[in-house]
Amino acid sequence: MRGLSLLLFITVASDATTDLYVTGASLPPELEVSAAPAVTSPVASRYIPEEYGHPGIALARSAEEPAAPSTEDGESSSHHHHGGGGYKIVQWEWSYVQTPYIIASWLLVASVAKILFHFSQRFTTAVPESCMLILLGLVLGAVVLIASKKQPYQLDPGLFFLFLLPTIVGDAGYFMPARLFFDNLGAILMYAVVGTLWNAFCTGFCLYGVKMAGAIGELLWGLMDFLLFGALISAVDPVAVLAVFEEVHVNETLFIIVFGESLLNDAVTVVLYEVYISFVEVGPGNVYTADYFKGIASFLIVSIGGTLVGLIFAVILAFVTRFTKKVRIIEPLFVFLLVYLAYLTAELFSLSAILSMTFCGIGCNKYVEANISQKSRTTVKYTMKTLASIAETIIFIFLGISAVDKSKWAWDTGLVVSTLIFILVFRAVGVAGQTWFLNWFRLVPLEKIDQVMMSYGGLRGAVAFALVVLLDKEQVKAKDYFVATTIVVVFFTVMFQGLTIKPLVKWLKVPRSTNRKPTINEEIHEHAFDHILTAVEDIAGLNGYHHWRDKWEQFDKNYLSKLLLRKSVYHKSELWEAYQKINIRDAISVIDQGGNVLTSARLSLPSMASRTSFPEVTNVTNYLRENGSGVCLDLQVIDTVPGAKIEEELETHHVLAGNLYKPRRRYQSHYSRHFMTVGEKERQDREVFQRNMHNRLESFKSTRYKRHKKDRSQKKRKGSDAKEQDTSDKPRRNVSWQDKDPVVVPMAPEEDKHDPSEPDKYDDVGITFVARKAPETPKERPKSVSAALDVCQSPVAAPPSPTCGEKNLPWKSGMGSLPPCVSVEATKIIPIDLQQAWNQSISSLESLASPPAPPEPQHPRVSTLSRLGGPVRTPTKGKSGGGVCAASGSDTGSGQFRFPTGKEEEEEGTLSQQPQEMQPLMSSLRPPPPPATQSARKRRNPCVYLRSLVTVPPSGGGDPQSRRPTQL
Amino acid sequence: MGSTSSTLLKIPNVEVLMQETGFSPAHIIRLHDRFKALDKKGRGHLCPQDFGAIKELAMNPIGDRIIGAFFSPGKETVDFHTFVKILAHFRPVDKNRPKEPNSPEPINSRSNKLRFAFQLYDQDKDGKISRDELLKVLRAMLGMQVTEEQLESIADRTIQEADLDRDDAISFEEFRKVSPEILHSRCFIKAPVIMLMERDC
Repeated sequence: MRGLSLLLFITVASDATTDLYVTGASLPPELEVSAAPAVTSPVASRYIPEEYGHPGIALARSAEEPAAPSTEDGESSSHHHHGGGGYKIVQWEWSYVQTPYIIASWLLVASVAKILFHFSQRFTTAVPESCMLILLGLVLGAVVLIASKKQPYQLDPGLFFLFLLPTIVGDAGYFMPARLFFDNLGAILMYAVVGTLWNAFCTGFCLYGVKMAGAIGELLWGLMDFLLFGALISAVDPVAVLAVFEEVHVNETLFIIVFGESLLNDAVTVVLYEVYISFVEVGPGNVYTADYFKGIASFLIVSIGGTLVGLIFAVILAFVTRFTKKVRIIEPLFVFLLVYLAYLTAELFSLSAILSMTFCGIGCNKYVEANISQKSRTTVKYTMKTLASIAETIIFIFLGISAVDKSKWAWDTGLVVSTLIFILVFRAVGVAGQTWFLNWFRLVPLEKIDQVMMSYGGLRGAVAFALVVLLDKEQVKAKDYFVATTIVVVFFTVMFQGLTIKPLVKWLKVPRSTNRKPTINEEIHEHAFDHILTAVEDIAGLNGYHHWRDKWEQFDKNYLSKLLLRKSVYHKSELWEAYQKINIRDAISVIDQGGNVLTSARLSLPSMASRTSFPEVTNVTNYLRENGSGVCLDLQVIDTVPGAKIEEELETHHVLAGNLYKPRRRYQSHYSRHFMTVGEKERQDREVFQRNMHNRLESFKSTRYKRHKKDRSQKKRKGSDAKEQDTSDKPRRNVSWQDKDPVVVPMAPEEDKHDPSEPDKYDDVGITFVARKAPETPKERPKSVSAALDVCQSPVAAPPSPTCGEKNLPWKSGMGSLPPCVSVEATKIIPIDLQQAWNQSISSLESLASPPAPPEPQHPRVSTLSRLGGPVRTPTKGKSGGGVCAASGSDTGSGQFRFPTGKEEEEEGTLSQQPQEMQPLMSSLRPPPPPATQSARKRRNPCVYLRSLVTVPPSGGGDPQSRRPTQL
Repeated sequence: MGSTSSTLLKIPNVEVLMQETGFSPAHIIRLHDRFKALDKKGRGHLCPQDFGAIKELAMNPIGDRIIGAFFSPGKETVDFHTFVKILAHFRPVDKNRPKEPNSPEPINSRSNKLRFAFQLYDQDKDGKISRDELLKVLRAMLGMQVTEEQLESIADRTIQEADLDRDDAISFEEFRKVSPEILHSRCFIKAPVIMLMERDC
């Protein structure tokens, strides 16, 4: 296997290099200039002298010049001449496309390389990807070098600092686990500042000492040179750390400390680098004491300033995304642009760009994620990961390529060896010392093992290389030697340490990170514990960490969130969000299992403590990512756990799936560049669907004692419905959701019988709910909420009158808290015939007048299956309670939503867009126009597990505004 | 040192207290100061109103429950001894503490910490967190942000998740099983609460 992949790898590599050779030969002079590392004037901006500019742009411009005859190479010119006068049928336009072409080719090579690495599972688990990429770079570089006698490609600092690094840092910052980061901020800052300074000074002075001892170097090298080198070689590199640690999966505390350090030490590196460069420039003799203080001041400004710039941009970004509801499609763009601008702006003022970008990402994440739509979230995440991944790939390949060019560096064994030793030793010593100090203050001390890992994980990488390449050879005489040493150090850390870190982790038994997602229990208890600890701090009279965190959260809630979050989102509860996420995850995993959990004795979800046989569930985003659009959900495509499915079930699913897709596709024929429209009709339908779901939920709720059982039963019903379709009068194509499945639900045969013939009583319940609901004013909401439980338990409410419902427009009833919504993707998981649902719901409205549901047989534990059939009341509720209960339950739910009236523009806007933003599965609101078109024959919607996903969305149903074609 | 010992002497049974809780004399003194500050009327014991006077606590959604935890059933007051013992739950677990086979489990052991948290949920002290009890906690923590409907679904879900014996309630064992993640991650054990006190001294 390994041999095969290597073979493939070499083939591709040689192919690629052949291409490169051709292109390299045809490079116009401009490319070489910009591609090669230029000598820079250190005074200019920190990393990137102006001349660097945008190599790509410069190239493109030059390429566009019509003349472009300078490309003397045979092929292209011959083509030109060949055409001669007259019209050329085919032209060779290499010069025109070459820049983007080369870039695209690079990306392609890098991506293909990645694919190849992952062919062999065993291989990739042993060898980190970064190693392979560097090796690939070495090979490519060697081939190009041999072929063209010179090396046109190198890791260009301009390219690196302006494009490659920001994509990685942006990704890291935006997805930084904020809580973890701030919990460990003290340690991170310590290592980043003190540790880096320690490393820099010690390495610098000791190297100088070795030089004085005569072991290395030439006479011309001064102390400043070594200090400068020490500064740039001592900083742990975020790119390398990410690349290696992501594969190692050490526990998260360890990871966040090392990774956070690598990000935050940027300020130190920047300042040291600049200070030393200026010192080198003026000469050591002309450095006065004041300059040292200036250096310290500079450090403060660079770090704090960078952080501030980042936070300012974070606020701007969050604020902007508050108003993007009409232009969903560009939401991701805002995220990318503003985060990138944070980086560039910091760079502009020569502040710490990495700090700026990191804090921008951390700061804005919470608000942006809440503001933008689910699809935008997925887009942002996926795009960021893609960009970061490709940037990382390119960086490592270019590192390999750059190392080949012998003309750029000079070897000094003494320097290389002593640098390696000093780096390792001082890292270890530094870590041990700082940890000893930190452990005085840490509640969970860092163990010896952690320290070993932290020392060993101090990888150097591309940042150091780019910095050393930027040195001015005129002033730093030892530049070539430094370049060589840096390359060796980078290779050593990334390759040797990267290779050995996995075995080391295993050998030391470093606690690994658990991949499992938090359960709802953990979320709840965690919140509770936070409160408890805060309270205990208050009681004990301490202003500890929890005290301040609590203060911050108050501030955030009272001011920041108010300013930065949409009104519709502001009221959402974190816990509720978490709950939803977990539910969606479970829902997906249920489908993953084969889609039908009815056969198992009871539904067990992966997040349950008792789960045993379920595979690790990917989260929604991953899942959707894998499945592309999310609209097309072919159950057979999904990996199913063997044994979890039965053929019959599968068939059922496919019947469902096949039937359900069609209406959607019909709606998808719209095209708009600016919006991804959701057809008006579809939207309506969806709302109806949501409402139906809600009804159903309500009816179940009243009897419910175990949620998951309901899910299961519903699912079963869905399956059975499909089979029974023939019996119904509906066209085959539509899936009808009938309540009964005699086979599956033995307990509820009665209900089944009732269903087709007479208007569904259960549905009536739901409708009833509407009628009652309407009269409620927003003010009543809290009351109704609190009362809801009671009502449910002791149903006393009178049946709603149909007139009530007619008088009050349903959508006016709920303004207010935001309805829990389900993401669009989640909605899509359920194949539904919306049209049908719509019709049914309309008919259901008619049934308002119908008598309340007859009491159901009550078995407290009636097999969960029976629940499918209809609302089975638990004994406590009494027989009359069933219908009423459901009604009242739904009442409370819907009472929460207030629908905006015309007066409140903003509110209305936000609310009305809510449905688009997070497709609510159910809404408590009725569909706006309740014309009675169909005879009252209602079916239930198959809610499947959706029910749990459901939230009560403020349905935009009745709202005229919301009818607009919605974006996303 | 003289002042320390003289203060200590004023506290009855201080030796026993220190042994039971593991607090150092400095801790005890510090807590004693705090106790006296809370005990505005100088009665030598605290009543719920004294806790209520802590204004941060009034803003804590489950502050009342925590206050309640200081008072054993039927009692309206808490003396210093009990006060310290309750707070001792929040001492970090000391790893190096020699294991004496005969000694009772220290107050700050993991399971005692959990037990403390569990009791905040289990208000009727029947050893189980019922759905209603859970709902009450949730309602307190979520406030008006979510509908009753949502609360119920969360509660249902929570119980489902943890409920291993299908009795629709969470027993302590079940509670313990779903909580270790939290213990290990950040919340409970890592509380810097008493930590800071130790460093102070």
